[in-house]
This record gives sequence, structure tokens and C-alpha cells, in this order.
Amino acid sequence: MEVDVLKRVPVREQEPKVRAANFEEVCLGYNKEEAMAEAARCIQCKNPQCVKGCPVNIDIPGFIGELKEGKVEEAYQVISKFSALPAVCGRVCPQESQCEAKCIRGIKGDAVSIGKLERFTADAAREAGIKPVKAETMNGKKVAVIGSGPAGLTCAGDLAKLGYDVTIFEALHKAGGVLSYGIPEFRLPKTEVVDAEVENVKSLGVKIETNVVIGKAITIDELLNEEGFDAVFIGSGAGLPKFMGIPGENANGVFSANEYLTRSNLMKAFDDSYATPIAAGSKVAVVGGGNVAMDAARTALRLGADVHIVYRRSEEELPARVEEVHHAKEEGIIFDLLTNPTEILVDDEGNVKGMTCIRMELGEPDESGRRRPVEVAGSEFTLDVDTVIMSLGTSPNPLISSTTEGLDINRWKCIVAEEETGETSKAGVYAGGDAVTGAATVILAMGAGKAAAKGIHEFLSK
Amino acid sequence: MFKILKKEYLANNIWLMDVEAPRVAKSCQPGQFVIVKMDEKGERIPLTVCDYDREKGIVTIVFQKVGASTNEMAEYEVGETFMDFVGPLGCASELLDLTEEELKKEKLLFVCGGVGTAPVYPQVKWMKEHGIDVDVIIGARTKDILILEDAMRDIAANLYIATDDGSYGFKGNVCDQINELVKNQGKEYTRVIAIGPMIMMKFVAQLTKELKIPTIVSMNPIMVDGTGMCGACRLQVGDEIKFACVDGPEFNGHLVDFDQAMQRQRMYQSEEGRAVLRQQEGDTHHGGCGNCNG
Repeated sequence: MEVDVLKRVPVREQEPKVRAANFEEVCLGYNKEEAMAEAARCIQCKNPQCVKGCPVNIDIPGFIGELKEGKVEEAYQVISKFSALPAVCGRVCPQESQCEAKCIRGIKGDAVSIGKLERFTADAAREAGIKPVKAETMNGKKVAVIGSGPAGLTCAGDLAKLGYDVTIFEALHKAGGVLSYGIPEFRLPKTEVVDAEVENVKSLGVKIETNVVIGKAITIDELLNEEGFDAVFIGSGAGLPKFMGIPGENANGVFSANEYLTRSNLMKAFDDSYATPIAAGSKVAVVGGGNVAMDAARTALRLGADVHIVYRRSEEELPARVEEVHHAKEEGIIFDLLTNPTEILVDDEGNVKGMTCIRMELGEPDESGRRRPVEVAGSEFTLDVDTVIMSLGTSPNPLISSTTEGLDINRWKCIVAEEETGETSKAGVYAGGDAVTGAATVILAMGAGKAAAKGIHEFLSK
Repeated sequence: MFKILKKEYLANNIWLMDVEAPRVAKSCQPGQFVIVKMDEKGERIPLTVCDYDREKGIVTIVFQKVGASTNEMAEYEVGETFMDFVGPLGCASELLDLTEEELKKEKLLFVCGGVGTAPVYPQVKWMKEHGIDVDVIIGARTKDILILEDAMRDIAANLYIATDDGSYGFKGNVCDQINELVKNQGKEYTRVIAIGPMIMMKFVAQLTKELKIPTIVSMNPIMVDGTGMCGACRLQVGDEIKFACVDGPEFNGHLVDFDQAMQRQRMYQSEEGRAVLRQQEGDTHHGGCGNCNG
């Protein structure tokens, strides 16, 4: 295979027109030949910057070095020392702003396609039946992990490798957290990827108990005092969806992105053989500009709707990954930028019949450093839609903080935890991920789960 | 997996089941609910807790056949299992926060209708166990569709039955019965707890607002996860948006926007109707859309 060392080996994707009508994965990934060719572009820096850009510090040159030789199993074992979810991260991490942003190759030419190589390694290992290596001996100590999303799975996996007896408690009927209910099938296949990575964590000896709501069925104090756990990690995720507070928001046809995505991803409403319904809509507006907004928009598109993204700032400020925005545009999603909803119009039967919006322009930078959008007077117009999906982020779920005495929360009601160790104000209780930071990314949650596993190990080794 | 230990037909398409669910039984309180998912492809169905036995690890649920999923649920037999059964969810009745002295000062009236009689039962039972006498009204269209009458009679200080057609007890609806008790018999109540169809709760709340009796209602909007994640169950309560699953299900009845809540409950009516048709007609089902001339 001929390779221009300045350019990355292109990755195959489903054609936009084809994929806009199915839920199959958009990106098809590298085959072995392509992966080895791309791996050969890595110059194996002595002082690798990419590792510093990775929130879980994967030995990136290490695994790419093995891959260059075609050694998939060796490459996989290098990654799995650092990450429990490589097939997930290879797909959903914002590599362009993390590891790949620091790649020396990127100074003159394309950065090495680290994410796609990670994905290939994990997929090839799974197909070959290669499993992560289990701890040889157990240390007799029990840790409870609350939530089976990226933070919880990572924390549980790391602790199990150190010999801890780990049980994950999951409130929903299925493990995976946001990987199961939030991120759509076409970005992250559930059976092949998510379920398989959850199985890998279980193969390390981790037990997962679904249908247990901590804070309701059992409290953290009961886990510590009655069920014999020596430490607890809280990775319960973000929580309650936010709405705008504009008129008409409770009309039929207005959904949170969480609801729309949960119906489609977790409850599989897009598949008629599942009982849960979804009101797909024929003209849909998704309000917001993050990755979740892109996921909701692209789901609605696949369910047959014409879809607009309505975002109050400009394209430059879109918080979503560039790749997601690019994919969304390719598939035919219309971006109404510098536009903000002011009212949802409702018909006599309580259904959405339109949305009034106002044009915005960018003013002075606000506290986030982004230029603040201000309304353009007299620019109101009506968008003809029958469905509105609000994707404005979430505020923390009070289930755990309100039932755990001595657990401090900050003014945004997020759990307060040390960044380095995950330690909270309550002895033996650690936390990380969206429950601490508010809605963020899969990999940041994994980084926090990893830090907390280290913190818990130090605490229980004293 | 959660095993069905008992199944009993009550009336009017309403069924009672005892389900083995030790974690839920250990911690549930009156006012809370559970979510049942029958199998891999099933919906998550929210149901209020009717009773529980902490020692035996049993939770009693009561449900009415109102759609495809509850029709299917009624086909489950003793010994079979539900794949998922999660709870307790929501907040316990706020009455449980009162001290015994505070409760003793209260004169409580529970008003229930239809399948809503089931979630009232554990609240009245809890009161009885704590030495608090309460009055209960059960309303029904007609005698044959009453449920839990005997069970309720055992624990209520006074049980009033009101039937629309007068086939049993007082002739009239629950509001007429409240008027009869308060206006004609001069009974005084410090609080009303109304649980039943939304339309019943709406009219009870309207009446008790006039009568100036604080009123608690239990809302049963559409839900998906039931843990505060999706916001499908949001309600307008006064000038605030509340999530029934984490802020409720019980709310101040004088503040709930019932018309909006009823409208939101109809959100999936056409999808639900199609699902029932599919169930009844099997492979011959054409969707009933009227477009295919089938």
C-alpha cells in the first residue's frame, strides 16, 4: 500500500445519502492493511506529546509500534493497561483536540490517525476473542461503583485489575450509561461495541447489578455500613435535562434530547419490534449545538424528518466535534446559526405547530471567552416545525446528593471531588465524571474514573 | 429476573400481582412507585406500589389493562418472571415526614377512584399502623368495578363508597360525596389526598380549593427512565416545571395544571392505538391509517 507520509490513510465511510436512511455505523474503520500503513506514519517520539494529550495517558507510541508490526494482541494489551473501553474511545473521543492535536506529524501534514488505530486494535482484538488480563489474586476488599457509564466502567475495571472485588450498581435495566442510552447506534453500535466492552469489564471479575437506584433502594451509607463495601465510587452521570423556559415548552412534540435519544437508543423505538413509541416528527428543530444536539438531529433525520439545528452563536462556537458537524451537514441537516427560539407555537390540541425565533449577532466576549450573542431587534421569524428537541445540557440529579449525609455539593449542585484522587468530603466515598463536572465527554469521565481508582487504591492500601 | 408469586383479578380489567423484589420491598414507602419491564423488547411501565412485605421481599402491584403493554402483562402467570423491576422511585408521601403529634392533629380524607385505589391502600395502612384514624372515599361508575373495598374497610376509620349510578353506597361522584360529608354532615378535614384518574383529581382539587382544604394528588404522567433523566414526565406546578419521577409523584393539587397534564398524557395515543390493533389483529393488521385501503 502506497502512503504519502504527510497524509493520513483515509478511512472508509458509508455514503451520506445511504446512511441518512439507516442506523448502521457511519464510519467503517480501517482494515489491517490500512491500519498497518497508518501506524507506520508514527515516528515513535522519545518524548511523546500525544500521551500528554490523552486523559487516560495511553502509551500511544507503544500500541502503534506493535500495530506497525501487525501484532494486534500485543497492541491491545498495551491499550488495555490504560483503558477499559478502547473500542468506544476510538469512536467517540475528540482526538482532534487531545492526542492528535499534539502529534508531531501534525506540524507539517496530518496528525497520525490515533483514534482510528485505537478503534481498529479494539475491534480486531474483539473479533479474535482476545480478552484483557484478569488480576491473579484478589485482595479481599470490596468496592461499590454507582453507575455503569464510562466513569464507572473505567474505575471498576482498574480496581478489578488490582484485585478488588467490585460491584457496579446501575439504575437502568442495561449497563453502559450514556454509551447505551445517549450515543446513537450509528456512532457507537450497541451489541458489537458497547455490550462487548461491558463484557470485557465483567471478564475482569466485575459484577454488575442492574435495576438498583442508589439513593432510593439503598443509600451510600448502607452500602458502606450494611453491605460491607470498603469504598464507594459515584459515577452517576449528569441528570436532569434543562429547558429554555420559553412559552409553549410543555406542548406535545417538545422533547429533551435525553428523552428522544433514550427512546431511540436504549428502548430501540426506531425498531418496530420494540414496544416503546417515539414521535419522530416530520419537521424537527433541535435547539443547541453540542454533540448531543448532533446526535438528536441525526437520529431524527434517520427516522425520516427534515431537521434544523437552531444555535444562538456562530459555527465557530459550536461545541460539537468538527467531525460530527461535518457528518451532520453531509447528511442534509440544515444549520440555523445565530438564531434563538423565543416561543413554541401550539395548536388547539396542544401540539407544536411552529417555533418563533430571533436572529442573533455576536457582541463582546462573555465570561466563557466566547463572543456573547445578542438579539437583532425586529428580526423575529417563524420556523415551520412539528417537533422541537431541546439539547441544552443537564443539571445534576439530586438522588444521591440528597440522600447522602456529609457529601458536599457546589453551587451548581455537582458533587465536590478532588481532581487527582476523586476524593469527596465523605470518608471512603469517591466521585468522578459528569456527576462532578456537569455534562462533559466520555473520555474525561474515564479519566476521572481512572484517577478515582488510583485514589481508592491508595486509601485502601493504607 | 423478578418472579410473580400471586395473581388476582380484582375487577374492571384491574389485576393485582405479588412480585418477588427484595431490594424494592426492603426500602419502599407509601407514595412511591416502581417501573416494570416485562421482557427484552418491552416498555418501561411505571406502577404505584400497592403493598409490600419487607420480611418476605414481596412488592404488590396493581394495574389496569389500558393498552398493548398492560394487556400483555395481564397474560403473565404465577411462576413466570419480569425481566426488570426497579424501585422504589419518586418521593415517599410527605405525610410520612410529619411527627406523630403533628399527624394526630390532622383529620385526613383519602379520595380514590379506579386503579388509584391501589396506591391509596398502603398510605391508609401506614396511618392505621401508626394509630392515625382516617376517612376514605372510593368512587366508581358502578358497583361491579369497585376494587379493594374489603381491604380498605379493614383499615379505614370510615369508608364511604360513591357510585355514579347509585348501584352501591352513596349516589354521586366523589365530589358529591365530599360535599355531602363537609357541607351536609359538617365533617372537618385538614387535608385531602386524592389519587385516581387525572380528571377526578382535577375536580377534587377544584372543590377542595373552594373548601380551603389543602390537597395532595399523585400524578401518573408518561415516563421513560423514571430516574430524572428524560423529562418526559414534566408538569406545570404553580409557576415551576416539576419532574414527577424525582420531585413527585405527589404534588399540591391546587397548583397542578391538570389540563396540560391530561394533554401531555395523550401524546402517544395514536401510537398506542396502533400497538393495540397490532396485538389484536396480528399479521392481518394494516395500521388503521386509512391510506392503504386495507
